[in-house]
Amino acid sequence: MSETVTKAAAEAVVAAQVTGTDPASVPATTGARQFRRRLRTQRAALVAACVVALLVLVALAAPLLTALEGQDPTTYHPSLIDSARGGVPVGPLGGADGDHWLGVEPQTGRDLFARLVYGARVSLGVALAATVFQVAIGVTMGIAAALGRRWVDQLLSRITDVFVALPLMIMSLALLAIVPASFPRPVLVTLVIGLLSWGNIAKVVRAQTLTLKELDHVSAARLSGWGPWRIARRELLPGLAAPVITYAALLVPQNITVEAALSFLGVGVKPPTPSWGQMLTAADVWYQAAPQYLLLPAGALFVTVLALTVLGDGVRTALDPRAASRLRVGTGRRRENKAAAAAEQGVSS
Amino acid sequence: MSLVDVTDLTVEFGALRAVDGLSFRLAQGAALALVGESGSGKSTVASALLGLHRGTGAVVGGSVRVAGTDVRAASEEELRRLRGGRAAMVFQDPLSSLDPYYAIGDQIAEVHRVHTRVSRRAARARAVRVLERVGIPDAARRSRSRPHEFSGGMRQRALIAMALACEPDLLIADEPTTALDVTVQAQILDLLHTLREETGMGLLLVTHDVGVAAESVDDVLVMRHGKLVEQGPAGTVLAAPAHAYTRELLAAVPRVHVRREAETLESRAPGSGDPAALGQGGTGHESVGRPAETEDVRQPDGPSADASDEPAEAAEAAETAEVAETAETTEAAETAEVVLEASGLRREFGRGRRAFAAVDGVSLTVRRGETLGVVGESGSGKTTLGRMLVGLLEPTEGEVRYRGRARAGVDPTVQMVFQDPVSSLNPRRSVGESIADPLRARGEKDEARIRRRVTELLERVGLEAAHYDRYPHEFSGGQRQRVGIARALAADPRVIVCDEPVSALDVTTQAQVVALLGELQRELGLALVFVAHDLAVVRQVSDRVAVMRRGRVVEEGPADEVYESPRDPYTRQLLDAVPALDPAVAARRRARRRSTERREPALT
Amino acid sequence: MSRLSALKGLSSLSGLSGLKDINGLRGLSGFAVLSGFGGFLVRRAVGVVLTLFAVSVIVYVVFYVTPGNVAQITCGPRCSPEQVHQVAQQLRLNDPLYVRYWHFLEGLVAGQDYSTGTSVEHCAAPCLGLSYQSDQQVTGLILTKLPVSLSLVFGAMVLWLVLGVGTGVLSAWRRGRPTERVLTAVTLAGTATPVFVIGLILMIVVCGELQLLPFPQYVNLTDDPEQWAWNLLLPWLSLALIEAASFARLTRAAMLETLAEDHVRTFRAYGVAERSIIARHALRGAFAPVIALNANNFGSAVGGAVLTETLFGLPGIGQELVHAVNVVDLPVVVGMVLVIGFFVVLANAVADVLYALADRRVVLA
Repeated sequence: MSETVTKAAAEAVVAAQVTGTDPASVPATTGARQFRRRLRTQRAALVAACVVALLVLVALAAPLLTALEGQDPTTYHPSLIDSARGGVPVGPLGGADGDHWLGVEPQTGRDLFARLVYGARVSLGVALAATVFQVAIGVTMGIAAALGRRWVDQLLSRITDVFVALPLMIMSLALLAIVPASFPRPVLVTLVIGLLSWGNIAKVVRAQTLTLKELDHVSAARLSGWGPWRIARRELLPGLAAPVITYAALLVPQNITVEAALSFLGVGVKPPTPSWGQMLTAADVWYQAAPQYLLLPAGALFVTVLALTVLGDGVRTALDPRAASRLRVGTGRRRENKAAAAAEQGVSS
Repeated sequence: MSLVDVTDLTVEFGALRAVDGLSFRLAQGAALALVGESGSGKSTVASALLGLHRGTGAVVGGSVRVAGTDVRAASEEELRRLRGGRAAMVFQDPLSSLDPYYAIGDQIAEVHRVHTRVSRRAARARAVRVLERVGIPDAARRSRSRPHEFSGGMRQRALIAMALACEPDLLIADEPTTALDVTVQAQILDLLHTLREETGMGLLLVTHDVGVAAESVDDVLVMRHGKLVEQGPAGTVLAAPAHAYTRELLAAVPRVHVRREAETLESRAPGSGDPAALGQGGTGHESVGRPAETEDVRQPDGPSADASDEPAEAAEAAETAEVAETAETTEAAETAEVVLEASGLRREFGRGRRAFAAVDGVSLTVRRGETLGVVGESGSGKTTLGRMLVGLLEPTEGEVRYRGRARAGVDPTVQMVFQDPVSSLNPRRSVGESIADPLRARGEKDEARIRRRVTELLERVGLEAAHYDRYPHEFSGGQRQRVGIARALAADPRVIVCDEPVSALDVTTQAQVVALLGELQRELGLALVFVAHDLAVVRQVSDRVAVMRRGRVVEEGPADEVYESPRDPYTRQLLDAVPALDPAVAARRRARRRSTERREPALT
Repeated sequence: MSRLSALKGLSSLSGLSGLKDINGLRGLSGFAVLSGFGGFLVRRAVGVVLTLFAVSVIVYVVFYVTPGNVAQITCGPRCSPEQVHQVAQQLRLNDPLYVRYWHFLEGLVAGQDYSTGTSVEHCAAPCLGLSYQSDQQVTGLILTKLPVSLSLVFGAMVLWLVLGVGTGVLSAWRRGRPTERVLTAVTLAGTATPVFVIGLILMIVVCGELQLLPFPQYVNLTDDPEQWAWNLLLPWLSLALIEAASFARLTRAAMLETLAEDHVRTFRAYGVAERSIIARHALRGAFAPVIALNANNFGSAVGGAVLTETLFGLPGIGQELVHAVNVVDLPVVVGMVLVIGFFVVLANAVADVLYALADRRVVLA
């Protein structure tokens, strides 16, 4: 892909969702404190953070929760489904009762609550682990391209371009089909997402590093006599933290969606391991007999992605309040005016 | 009835009162300058005249009448008719003030059609006419260009053309030349002058530069902290200021036609500087150090300096008085050890067809204890040269010899003071840590010793020991520049290259930082390379001066020689373009510039 | 630095500062810009070819070296080792990888003959090989499926651009008012809903519960344009809504960013009405970012198209790909991934040129 547009695209992604933080404008040590304060001022982000925390807790405590219910996600309950009617759950509310809090899966009779809770594990686990891969590869490639010699930059940028051009869903769809089923699927999905989709973050990191590199304080550190390692560690990396964290916060919900989509298509996480996307595969057939079989995983996905997106917006705002003010809920003329007034104040003080 | 009538104007942004009880009038066709340092509220006044604060949350009090319109009470519709139609504004940065996506002619036509019911075509023709009028050659064709295809000076001309499009009664120019080179600045100021003569429109000029005001207006209004300090005819206010602040301000303005005086520098000792105490909150103004003394020192050359603003006159006066001393210093300079020597430096950027040499064959020497001034306009390659001298950039050709040996890469004893006080300090580290960098890099491990040395340095540059643990954002621009100097000193340098060290600072702060540098140099026997665009500042600090243009040094020599009897026509042109502080002198020089311009057309 | 000014800052830092020098030193004639644009087009075209080549190598290598015995999978689980060996022979799986890739390229450029045991079949010029499963030519297979997918993706693209940019403009215009709050909340919810969830819900509600539309059945555009559009309406919507949400966010952000810029202040100071400022200046500033985002999201939209086709049973490339993947029909998979890659790269190149037209400064940067 041509350089201009990938650059522009990466920038637009940055523009649409992430923030290239002005490296010089972030006062840091006080940063952590300031960050928490700014995060706290956003009610929506705070609620989202609570939701995410709850989801993580549920995922971690999945065995505990299912033990409490007295079920597990893989046991079939043929007695709970009506095979004469094609396998719909027996009883009202899709078979929900004291034993099976949210009912059972059509056809198999597996416990829905247990599958939902274990599904959270898979969704969050895969998304987070894939994000770690993406960030690790992206940051390494981006920094290497920005700091390397001209030909290193050329080479790495080309490679990055190609990876940006590869359609992630298509590639992972195809890749996942070829690897033998014996390979643990969640790990495989993680690897595929992580290894294929690091292009944009590499571009963001490269651009940011190039900007940082030109800052006078980096030159000053060179003049002080420090070597490249120390300069990278003390002067460059801290400046990269804000955009990388912001971008990573954006990648998590994206990865959740991709994992769900792959599992929905039947090539991602495969049964018996539960996954929200996979649960939706057959949901349309059963929506009349067992609506919660559709609504629960869809709702879980929606809430999770929404919470993570809002939290990501919040993180961005906290790290770069100026830019993010335009994306936030309820931003408007009043806030814009305030900002204008503040800018004016900056000019005149 | 006056064109502008402002009574008791106040503008408040939240708790900050940017303009505080200001009143003034401007008669039809008259010209008034609002002069002040940053934070004086002068630009806020300009915006208030057009009611630009409406709907921004700023609280405006008092009364503002412009061309018969009560700006505060006017309806949106009346305001729109006033804006552009009766009073037009020209902004500071001509690049960002035009829409990058539309042709310049279309933008002017758009504005014209807001105020006049004419066809698209007629408006476009009008745009071409006004562009011609402001001196854009081949206006019909150039009107189809987008702003980025224009040079800085042409863009500012285009903005002025936009202002002219609707034949306003009043032109408000907010720092119209601040972003421009000095020669272009002179052309723009001349253009404004001519237009005013021709159209009889009034001019309200907002500027921080006393010289620009002296060049352009009849009356001057000096502002500080949103309040009026002094108002009167330009000649009177600038020649015999009545108020102490005006005197301070004038004293701090470096004069291009006055010789450098060691005593002057010394008396403006750095200890007095920058008492803008930390944590003083929003305002953070640079206060001026010891005004009375500064003024005393300046007093002798006050009137005489203004009178001798003509280079020729100054040269005569100076030659008789100081011939002996000049000879002495030159001799001393020539015998001192050469610390830094550049020969045949060339640096290219870009590749292939787009390659160009930012610096092209520059050779220089810097001796111990002397200051070499490097002066040039934007694009002259002076910054690139400075970065090659310290080793941050490798030359494409040529070499830099440091203390007799060819050098590659950086050397801690060749330091740099940077232009931008914001980006030159790591925002995530305390200033003490930044200053300690060279010490630690040298292998110093003893924390107590490091802290002692850093504290010493902080105090030496006029800061306090307690500042060690503070972060850059808590400091004012001038203070940050002091921190930058302290960091350079921590490496025990022999050479310091200062890249536009004061161009981001207010004029009073500027004077303090310059004084500090001069003092440190004498004390430590440093060799200084002072890179700047401001001819006056360079003269005030330099023993020798190199004038750069398009990557080459066009003239080099002892400062007084270069300034008083420039050999190169470009140097003469530069010196001629520097605004004079005396309106009478300015008028004479404008006349001379016009006659030369007739011979050689404008360079913008 | 704010997001967009970061964006613009990057281009202006790299572009404009250099430009200033070029301007100052040489001056720019209209001709220079024009010839610069020609050169730019050539450079981009070369870029497209190189990227496609790189994509094909990666795809080919990745698919044919991933663990898993292709012959075994193709032959089926009950095949004996001899049969597997025979299949491998037939599929040339024992040749070195570069030889096979060379054959593949050869087929792509010149066509190739395949013997299918009894007869010899000629596979014409852009030959992507034969399906392991059906011995059908991959190129032909793709050609029959392509119109469906193109109808889906490009129809949805029009929809998401119109919906997204429209919503963005509306919320930038009504900033600070209730309209904007509602729109912002809706777009946020939109970005958080995966394509297949929206699709499922739309299908169940519109076709199942309300019975407003029949379940989609693909009808050729040439056969009956009206039915074509009605049947694609739901797939278009499910694919477009999520994309529209991010375009709305971007447009709004870009416009607000422009509204805060100096040149807007200039036009305000000259009495230009807010309406014209929004319509002429702020919207113009959003062009380039929208084009860039469209290029970026095209790939993910193609992924979304696979989901949509599967969900609505549309006989497009995506559905075929999922099928081929499930039966490990490698030539079909590789062919389809390449064709999709080709469209993505092409879309990017087109966006690139549009971007340069929208913002001439990039040509010189």
